[in-house]
Amino acid sequence: MTAAGELSKADTPSQSILGEAVRDAILTALIAFALFGSLVGFKTESVQNVLVLTTRWGDAIALTLAVAVGRFLLDVFVWRGLAPTDVIGKSLSFEDFKPVLKAVAAALYIVGAAFFLLEGSRAGVEQALSSLAGAEWRGAIRTLVSLVGLLAMGVFVLITAMVVARLGRLAVRAIAPAAEGEKRSAVFTWQAITGDLMKEFAMGLLIVAILLPILVAGPQQRYAVDTAIQVVTYIMLGWGLNVVVGLAGLLDLGYVAFYAVGAYSYALIATQFGWSFWVCLPLAGIFAALWGILLGFPVLRLRGDYLAIVTLAFGEIIRVVLINWYSVTGGPNGINRIPQVNFFGIPFDRSETGFAALFGLEFSSVHRIIFFYYVILALALFTNVVTMRLRRLPIGRAWEAMREDEIACRSLGINIVTTKLSAFAIGAAFAGFAGSFFATRQGFISPESFTFHESALVLAIVVLGGLGSQMGVVIASIVLIGSSEFFRDLEEYRMLIFGGSMVALMTWRPRGLIATRTPSVILKESKQIAAANVQEGRG
Amino acid sequence: MMREALPDILDVQHLTMRFGGLTAVDSLSFTARRGDITSIIGPNGAGKTTVFNCITGFYKPTEGMIRLNHASGESFLLERMEGHQIAAKARVARTFQNIRLFGGMTVLENLLVAQHRALTGISPLSIAGLLGLASFKRAQAEAIDFACYWLERIGLIERADDAAAELPYGDQRRLEIARAMCTRPVLLCLDEPAAGLNPRESADLNQLLLWMKEEHGLSILLIEHDMGVVMGISDHIVVLDYGRKISDGTPAFVRDDPHVIAAYLGVEDEELAEAEAEIDL
Repeated sequence: MTAAGELSKADTPSQSILGEAVRDAILTALIAFALFGSLVGFKTESVQNVLVLTTRWGDAIALTLAVAVGRFLLDVFVWRGLAPTDVIGKSLSFEDFKPVLKAVAAALYIVGAAFFLLEGSRAGVEQALSSLAGAEWRGAIRTLVSLVGLLAMGVFVLITAMVVARLGRLAVRAIAPAAEGEKRSAVFTWQAITGDLMKEFAMGLLIVAILLPILVAGPQQRYAVDTAIQVVTYIMLGWGLNVVVGLAGLLDLGYVAFYAVGAYSYALIATQFGWSFWVCLPLAGIFAALWGILLGFPVLRLRGDYLAIVTLAFGEIIRVVLINWYSVTGGPNGINRIPQVNFFGIPFDRSETGFAALFGLEFSSVHRIIFFYYVILALALFTNVVTMRLRRLPIGRAWEAMREDEIACRSLGINIVTTKLSAFAIGAAFAGFAGSFFATRQGFISPESFTFHESALVLAIVVLGGLGSQMGVVIASIVLIGSSEFFRDLEEYRMLIFGGSMVALMTWRPRGLIATRTPSVILKESKQIAAANVQEGRG
Repeated sequence: MMREALPDILDVQHLTMRFGGLTAVDSLSFTARRGDITSIIGPNGAGKTTVFNCITGFYKPTEGMIRLNHASGESFLLERMEGHQIAAKARVARTFQNIRLFGGMTVLENLLVAQHRALTGISPLSIAGLLGLASFKRAQAEAIDFACYWLERIGLIERADDAAAELPYGDQRRLEIARAMCTRPVLLCLDEPAAGLNPRESADLNQLLLWMKEEHGLSILLIEHDMGVVMGISDHIVVLDYGRKISDGTPAFVRDDPHVIAAYLGVEDEELAEAEAEIDL
């Protein structure tokens, strides 16, 4: 076991502890094998009414090993309270990992550049590796190369975009007259190029997002843009929910209800009256906002867990109504033949007046998908701009103040009722927009699309990203939604990875990826506010 | 006697607050004069904070009347108003015994939240703000100036961009007072502002309160245990014990009142009877 290596290195009193832990782990392994060997190792099956005994030694041994290793780790690090640093013999900090991270990033960047720019380089690498390892590993190598290749190309594109964003900003600054007291000479130093990474990261992501359909051109374009649409939809939902949960501190477990209201509003209006998407979109937002207010009233006095339960119930009520109100919603059959959005009056079809013909392009069904992508991207950016603006306005500050301390808010003359309702309404309106987009993209909706699973997923995105952080939502959406697509080849293991990474993240950063709060107004200099000072809101 | 041109700023009549079987405040009547610092004192559990919570709308009194008179002649019956309206319309501001700042927001943001009403008045439904109209920008700049005025006065201007939770205790107390002042109140209710302050800080607090009274024509209602603060700056003291008023008058009068001494130091029953006989009660 790994302990042997650690044992020889350790020259501290922890040596004896490790020895004891190894003995303990071996004992545990024996007991575990006695159990699993009989319970898992043997299996009886009835094959054509005959009882057959089969063995599963592999599974039994794997389980035994898992128990022993787990026992060893728990023993050393938890029960005996030995820090990992005691075992290694020196303390580790983030600085120690920086060179490793830099090296990994650089390697990925180079690989990504090669794969992205040199045609056939990926196939070449795949071939070379397969011939080295042998034919039986071919499938595994192909998966590995495609995963690492995708990651590397992502890193390459993103870093390039970040550099472009930085250079663009520097160019603007060089041309524009310098603000008072600014040091011109420092513009092209390394510090100036690497500093302020978060802003560049956001800009870089935006550039990548805008250029995405071109970047992924090729046989995979349709699939890639489809995935991107899904990711951006969740980013938009996350940003919307962030108003309610992140800013106002109201835990809403039924957010999907407003998504459903928006989707059904568009579907019903478009199929019944034949109104265009651009007319229905604001209507869907207004309907969803009204439902947000309707939900808001009964829950005004509820806090924390109680609020969460009532909002959860509300989400379910909407879904059950959609299933049972057969004459209007079509019940479980849903609504189909929902008109799809067209390019401001120009349809995406093969006809003379279609989009492709008018713009002199060869007809392709991808055009419509790319247009969908830009629609949702614009909607999401709109959500972000409005939210960021609201945050700097009295209403947004009142939301955050309410999250911090509701009683103090009342003492300052802030009307808690309207403040809460406005948060619910605005969050719901964004979900309504996203919902009507969902309906037009799918062309078919049914209550099955609006289960609690969706609410939980959006909430997970907000919580993992960091409550109140817009950038956090983006990263969390890409990681959660993107990774479940990314690891599609790994089949059921991806759920394991998904759950495991969530647990790991919450242990490592319990307040989410980006936990600090950016002040909404600055007198002299902007200081990030540590997560420990920021309240999460009690509903 | 002739009625004065301006009535007292606060007139409390027969205020009673019961929680189930417990009577926390029992038929309390007192007035607070305009421009005075009126202190409410009494042993722990005398019902002082309950009186504050009734005045500022956090509790609905069981019985009684609380009338607030503005200098304009307008008057408000506080017991009938919503909590947030008391701060917004009647312009009564308060601080809390256990400081309630918005810890995760910066010092400056705390003072801007306090000016919420003024700013939303400029930009109904946030529309002017969303569109970035000049009228809103001007109002916002004025709000920041007003906040800076108070930050300079309480000596926290250098820390304007720090989280409120990171301030030391004494600074948090002063910031809470400044935040209450940013709502531009006519009556400021301070619930034990000197609790946890060292003698020097508490002397500074005295200066600040006197300055606010002089400079802003503010009326202050004060709950305090620190007798140095109470006797030093009060114009008028109301003493409560077990929810009843036991004394009411100038600091000198209250200090020598045997009922007050009895309530604070405790006396034998016969001594109390003697004392009561002496003052014809």
